[in-house]
Amino acid sequence: MAKSKVVLEVKGLRVAVAGNEILKGVDLTIRDGEVHAIMGPNGSGKSTLAQVLAGHPAYTVLAGAAKYEGKDLLDLKPEERARAGVFLAFQYPVEIRGITNSYFLRSALNALRRERGEPELDPIDFLQFLEQKLQAIGWDDAMMNRPVNEGFSGGEKKRNEILQLAVLEPRLAILDETDSGLDIDALKTVAETVNTLRSPDRAFLIVTHYQRLLNYITPDVVHVLADGRIVKSGGPELAQELEARGYDWLRDGVMVS
Amino acid sequence: MAVKTGSVERLVGSYHAWAANGASRAPVWLKELRAGGIARFGELGFPNMKQEAWRFTSVAPIAEGTFALAHPPARLPSLVEIQPFLLGDSGHRLVFVNGFYQRSLSTAVADTLRVQSLADALAEDPDAIRAHLCRYAATQDRPFCALNTAFVGEGAFVHIPAKVSLADPIQLLFIVTDENVVMHPRNLVVLEREARASIVETYASLHHARYWTNTVTEVVAGDAARIDYHRVQRESPRAYHVAATETHQGRDSTVNLHTVAFGAALARHDLGSVMAGPGGTLILNGLYLLAGEQHADHHTTIDHAADHCASHEYFNGVLDEKSRGVFTGRIIVRPGAQKTDSKQTNNNLLLSADAHADSQPQLEIYADDVKCTHGSTVGPLDPRALFYLRSRGVGEDAARRLLTYGFAAEILGRMEVAPLRAQLDAIVRGRLAGQ
Repeated sequence: MAKSKVVLEVKGLRVAVAGNEILKGVDLTIRDGEVHAIMGPNGSGKSTLAQVLAGHPAYTVLAGAAKYEGKDLLDLKPEERARAGVFLAFQYPVEIRGITNSYFLRSALNALRRERGEPELDPIDFLQFLEQKLQAIGWDDAMMNRPVNEGFSGGEKKRNEILQLAVLEPRLAILDETDSGLDIDALKTVAETVNTLRSPDRAFLIVTHYQRLLNYITPDVVHVLADGRIVKSGGPELAQELEARGYDWLRDGVMVS
Repeated sequence: MAVKTGSVERLVGSYHAWAANGASRAPVWLKELRAGGIARFGELGFPNMKQEAWRFTSVAPIAEGTFALAHPPARLPSLVEIQPFLLGDSGHRLVFVNGFYQRSLSTAVADTLRVQSLADALAEDPDAIRAHLCRYAATQDRPFCALNTAFVGEGAFVHIPAKVSLADPIQLLFIVTDENVVMHPRNLVVLEREARASIVETYASLHHARYWTNTVTEVVAGDAARIDYHRVQRESPRAYHVAATETHQGRDSTVNLHTVAFGAALARHDLGSVMAGPGGTLILNGLYLLAGEQHADHHTTIDHAADHCASHEYFNGVLDEKSRGVFTGRIIVRPGAQKTDSKQTNNNLLLSADAHADSQPQLEIYADDVKCTHGSTVGPLDPRALFYLRSRGVGEDAARRLLTYGFAAEILGRMEVAPLRAQLDAIVRGRLAGQ
């Protein structure tokens, strides 16, 4: 079977924050339609990888490359990456006072539509578009007229990230510990939504500390990140093994790939 | 900075000339009020920065400036000219130019419901005024209030009888057309029990003139009355604006007091709220949006004098260039004001390294079964929020504007009068687009 197109290709990526090297040479290739999970112990660099791919200004790239659709991703501003189709669901979504979710989503969507040469949606057209999206994922519009993430519960914040994913329709969706802080029901809801958003022309990179999210979203590839490097990659069964054995057996310079 | 005593004497002198001339026909009680006001101002003089209430604000430009008592305008602005400051044609409207009531631009009413100039009301029914005038705005230690009291005469009088509910907002518009003048508008708003009304009090100028507004508004909410009071300060960027808004609440009443400050070179606004009856609810909701070398000082005092009252106070400041915002939030919970629920927040957004904000909460709690919280922030845009927006495709400049707009929109969003919200929203957007 011919392999699908490469969406993201990371090679030898080394990244530092505040002078500390966190990623020490990461290699990763993600193709269209694939779901990759990155697992690893606390402090292994999972979130750094997610944030640096989205363009967080606090991180310094020391060496290596990341190509998105064949172009240099690291050279782009965060907003340029988003407009090119890269989306990061934040581990800690930010509260934005005074701006309703609906207004925020429309601003973001229109920024993307301008990039694609499509006409901007006015508030009425946007509400229709949003209703369709909400229906497709089976959610109501209770969060739409509240300020972005303000006073939201942990679960609501994470749901809101996934809603943005549904509205912005990225080609590469990076989920940074979307499962943390969720109870099992909220976790299932979020996972089901992610599953409905899987498509042959959308790739996912799911960063998680726990295996439980992967009970509901079956990944194509599971990577283990430890001490800034991917130390093991495998199929969905690797996640089960990590759940049973923990991470210790992969540490201390054990490199299996 | 030392204040020349000459300016106080000059103001006292202009009072005597005025009192002997146009104001001489007033009833005795009113003359006594005025005389008390000027006497007190003479004793107090202008405040200085050694006084606690004036620590961050120098009134030297006012004290050292020369302002003549305003005259009626030589040329009356047209309805078209004042249209940008109005909210459509429905509802009652009182328009004042240089502090003087303009019948031809206004739509007054004077039957059981009264929306009319204070001067007309004093002529027709002085007792209705006497019961409330100067009962709430204390002059004891407040020189500007004392000075305003000395010149009481022009302004608005609103009286809503018991159980009357007005659908459309009442508009009180104060327009200035002249240079180097001083005005002392005095407004009195009385809602009897279970009445309901919405009022918009606007200060604006047609030209970028230099002048001084020294205004006082007293608002009385009777038992179970509800008032939505909006105060819009859009003075000339060269103007000086000194104001006091004093509310007095009866049992189970609701006061929602919204205030926005966009204009004036120097503005000082005292907001005093007395919750005199149990079960009252108060919202104080304020925005100051400043640039250039503008200075705005909001001095709020919420006096929980009765039990089971709730007060929520939200003030946001957006400060650009070399502007300065001052916020003082004093909350007094009197002995016996049990079950008080009081919340205060003041957030200041600094858009420039030269902008400055002072925020000082002052809580004085003399009851033990109360809930009082306060919080204040001063700082630049949150870099995390900036990255969040950029990661969604919003460009950096647009993201900064959106976050700044949100700071203002948070306050405007609490106002229920849709056309006013739209008017203020347009001003905020215009200001942000120009920056």
